[in-house]
Amino acid sequence: MRLVDVIGPVMIGPSSSHTAGAARLGDLARRIWQRPVSRIVIYLRGSFAATYRGHGTDLALLGGLVGMLPDDPLIPESFRVARENGVTWEFSTEAVDGAHPNSARFLFSDNSGNEMQITGCSTGGGAVMLTEIDGFSLRISGELPALVTFHRDEPGVVAAVTGFLSSAGCNIATLNLHRQGRGENAAMVIELDDREVEGLQEEVSGTHPAIFRVIAIPGGGSG
Amino acid sequence: MWSLDEIVNSCNKTGLSFPEMVIAHDSERSGMEPCSVRSIMSSRLDDMKRSMEEALSGDHRGKFVGGEASLLGEYGNASSPLSGRLVLEAARIALAVSAYNASMGRIVAAPTAGSCGILPGMLFGFEKVFGAQRESLVDALIVAGGVGQVIARRATLAGASGGCQAECGAAAAMGASALVFLAGGSAGSVSHAAGITLKSILGLVCDPVAGLVEIPCVKRNGTLVALGIIGADMALAGIRSLIPPDEVIDAMRSVGNLLPEILKETGTGGVAVTPTAMRLRRLWEDEAKGQGDN
Repeated sequence: MRLVDVIGPVMIGPSSSHTAGAARLGDLARRIWQRPVSRIVIYLRGSFAATYRGHGTDLALLGGLVGMLPDDPLIPESFRVARENGVTWEFSTEAVDGAHPNSARFLFSDNSGNEMQITGCSTGGGAVMLTEIDGFSLRISGELPALVTFHRDEPGVVAAVTGFLSSAGCNIATLNLHRQGRGENAAMVIELDDREVEGLQEEVSGTHPAIFRVIAIPGGGSG
Repeated sequence: MWSLDEIVNSCNKTGLSFPEMVIAHDSERSGMEPCSVRSIMSSRLDDMKRSMEEALSGDHRGKFVGGEASLLGEYGNASSPLSGRLVLEAARIALAVSAYNASMGRIVAAPTAGSCGILPGMLFGFEKVFGAQRESLVDALIVAGGVGQVIARRATLAGASGGCQAECGAAAAMGASALVFLAGGSAGSVSHAAGITLKSILGLVCDPVAGLVEIPCVKRNGTLVALGIIGADMALAGIRSLIPPDEVIDAMRSVGNLLPEILKETGTGGVAVTPTAMRLRRLWEDEAKGQGDN
């Protein structure tokens, strides 16, 4: 554990897992949605579902969804800020077998017919992990800049993407590949050291015809 | 360097101070420049001070807690407190910051949100009663963080894994070491202050009423500063923990593993299941149900 994590983070109380982690989770989900947040349903699971009002988990999740970091003094007023930004939201609870005790599922939608489902959990000390995007199981912490590819499971996708990253001078910190079955849909999460990823999205999309979608997540959510 | 003993030995060998050694090793592992680690720690101290000032400037209340710091302050002004000026001032600050956390105030988790009052209480209590340079307080915070790193590595800093000994207990030990450093104690005394303090909180359970960071958390922040302060005094007096501090931390990990889940932040054991706690829980749940979402 880094010194600055033992003494830190600076955060709005009262709980690092239920408040700070919740804000970070909302913020990370928003960065993956990548569009303005207009309509969102948040399904709380486990201990989030049981105690969310007492810990301000609902305020923190919505705060993160409208761009607040865990130390934003506006978190206690996030409902008002979201309303002023024209966001409509709904909290619900759900029981899911085997779900992480502090987890939530986000259902984003907008008027252009876009939809996205993101599931993640608060793993303790303010850290978070996204575990599912649109039915794909994966793991994204949001601490490092990351690229997520969605593609068909075909030979050469990993080589094409990593080859491109190599030629672009990017050092890969972690790489995880997930597939629904042989030849079926697959997702790859690549975390990078010290490199902004926003410009890479289109270039990575073009590296292999089996890739049908790429999401770039800027790092530094940990403020 | 995941051992207090190794930090102390390296200090003695190289002539570097305890905080210098902590920074050197953190920088080696994290890849961050030593000066940027120090500068972040310096801003953490500023954030901590701001949290104290905001906490003391208003009446901040959680669902159940609030007002404790004012009561203690009024009492201290009107009479001579049994526990002395430093303990009273440190406890007053710790109660205030901890209640501020419960009210969704902006605090520094040190090492956690549930224990966020203890280090500000001990550091700024010392500053108020004895006086201290700002840079010395930054060094003291680095000392506290270094002790916390060893506890995190050898045991845990999460109540859900180790009980409250890993949160308020760890904070008190970190604060004890910081105070020994501020008072000019040796690196060995810095380490033993943590060992002596931790031995006295082994087994402390995490039993939050209704699952909220309020009862007994806020008052534990207030009382454990006193334990840390006497731990620091003992170490400064030359008293040594006959069980080496690293071994005490290892015992803390083992005790944490042995604690049943009901006593580790689930709100289903300890004071959280007393008749009064159950009544408070029902009251609060009824109130929460009455609130709409939007």
